Amino acid sequence: MIQTNSSLAKERGRLATVLRLLWADKFACFAALVLLTVVLCAVLGPIWLSDEATRQNLRGRNAPPFELERGLMYILGADQLGRPLLPRMIVAARNTMAVAAGAVICSMVIGSALGLVAGYTRSRWSQVIMRLGDVIMSFPSLLLAVIVLYMLEPSVANIVLVLAITRIPIYLRTTRAEVLEVRERMFVQAARVMGTSDRRIVFRHILPVVMPTLITIATLDFAFVMLAESSLSFLGIGIQPPEITWGLMVSQGRPYLTNAWWLSFWPGLAIILTTLSLNLLSAWMRIALDPVQRWRLEMGGRKNG
Amino acid sequence: MKRFIGKRAIASAISLVGLVILVFFLSRLTGDPTDLYLPIDATQEMRDRFRELHGLNDPLIVQFGHYVADLARLDFVESIRQARPAMDVVLEGFRWTLTLAVITMTLVTVAAIVIGSLAAFNVGGVFDRITSFFSLIGASAPDFWIAIVGIVIFSVQLRWLPTSGTGTMWHWILPISVLFIRPFGLILQVVRGAMITALSSAYVKTAKAKGVPPRPIIFVHALRNAMLPVITVIGDQAAGILNGAVVVETIFGFPGIGKQMIDAILQRDFAVILAAIMVSAIAIFLMNLLIDLAYALLDPRIRY
Repeated sequence: MIQTNSSLAKERGRLATVLRLLWADKFACFAALVLLTVVLCAVLGPIWLSDEATRQNLRGRNAPPFELERGLMYILGADQLGRPLLPRMIVAARNTMAVAAGAVICSMVIGSALGLVAGYTRSRWSQVIMRLGDVIMSFPSLLLAVIVLYMLEPSVANIVLVLAITRIPIYLRTTRAEVLEVRERMFVQAARVMGTSDRRIVFRHILPVVMPTLITIATLDFAFVMLAESSLSFLGIGIQPPEITWGLMVSQGRPYLTNAWWLSFWPGLAIILTTLSLNLLSAWMRIALDPVQRWRLEMGGRKNG
Repeated sequence: MKRFIGKRAIASAISLVGLVILVFFLSRLTGDPTDLYLPIDATQEMRDRFRELHGLNDPLIVQFGHYVADLARLDFVESIRQARPAMDVVLEGFRWTLTLAVITMTLVTVAAIVIGSLAAFNVGGVFDRITSFFSLIGASAPDFWIAIVGIVIFSVQLRWLPTSGTGTMWHWILPISVLFIRPFGLILQVVRGAMITALSSAYVKTAKAKGVPPRPIIFVHALRNAMLPVITVIGDQAAGILNGAVVVETIFGFPGIGKQMIDAILQRDFAVILAAIMVSAIAIFLMNLLIDLAYALLDPRIRY
């Protein structure tokens, strides 16, 4: 361990530790690389490639993949209007990621805030909050999303809203359960005896203990939300053209399945790779963020099954 | 026990009422069914008669009053599109979905428990690694994508299975296999995790020390204690199929409740939307109740 006083060096030391733990699990390493690529595509792709992704080329309609005569952009083939698939997928990464990230962040912030209140205070509010969570849980979520989106205009903001609301109970319940346990621990008792304010106890002493669990769940949930958004877009009530997401691309390729399989295949593969990476990373986090299990990674990554 | 069920039922009933009110008003905001069901050149007179017939002329709040009055007599109003009671339409669809869910979840549960337990018995072994990898892929795959890839391979290329519809046994194979994959991946991982914990407990070590062979240790000693989290996920997934097989049902033209619901929404068939919501909410309520009862059955320490 690097031991210096400057906070910068400490920060760097922490980053090095994370990277070392990541390196110990080759699957997680691969997952992190895939996710990094997807995020880069989502951030930079639309800036460079949005022209390329919307340029129609009717002579290249449904052009097959792995042919280089039209240029590198057409390596994955082209869609029904001759638009090259590779840049389209890169551009679509932005909407796909934005919707999932928006929904996960909203539901995590709202859910965990409510969970902290419900777990920490014994007031009537905590009962109200828990019942509210039960109510959301008892709704058939996908059907509800279908109805609400059909009625409220399927815009990006509405999709984020609907998905976020249906995911709130997960964070709410987890946070509350953890807070109920952490609240009774010695260091919280000690802080209270010393006269620490409630706000400081919650944010300074309880939240950091709960955070790793929340982040692990959020990673897993990101995959779930992405699949849900893809399903909605696939059904035609999610993102609307000319905006694109991977789910929408799969559905746009569906009529051409028999003669141009690549239209649906590549975006679907992109979804699988991303969700798979999220799942792998979440599995790694569960170990890396847990002080009791971290040795599995520090031992050199042999026994991290 | 009875008090527990009663409390649960009241909470669910309250949320159901809220849901019905919400959907009733939201659905009427989407537009007038008259425009969908009558031809463009229909006269004003015909339109008025259609609206009169389906009670669309009254103000929204009056329409809602009528609907509640009908509900009180257990009349779920007629479907505009099919001209028969909405509840009949929905229950017919629900029967299909229920069959699909029961078959799929039975297969998933048996397969996931057996394979997950065996994987947990030898953590880090070849079998464990292979199953972990495939269960992760299964849990990550979007079902609509698997469905259409499945259709391309098995229906279009190999011509082994029909692409959509119902009728013969063969029609069920693709929908069930597609619905199987994700819950299988998820439940397998939970079984494996819970079994690893259970197998490292003291009573399993005692059993091993006594010389109990591996199979009874896995399936008798450890499994029962590992079942609680597994049951939670099974219930979650089953509820998911009961109300969320929308995508798979749409792709395979399967006349289940999800497809009925989508059709009803697109056709502004309000009575069917509301009836479908009520049926699926009640189904989920019963499902959750069943899971809680299963907890108590498995773990005598849990009482309600």
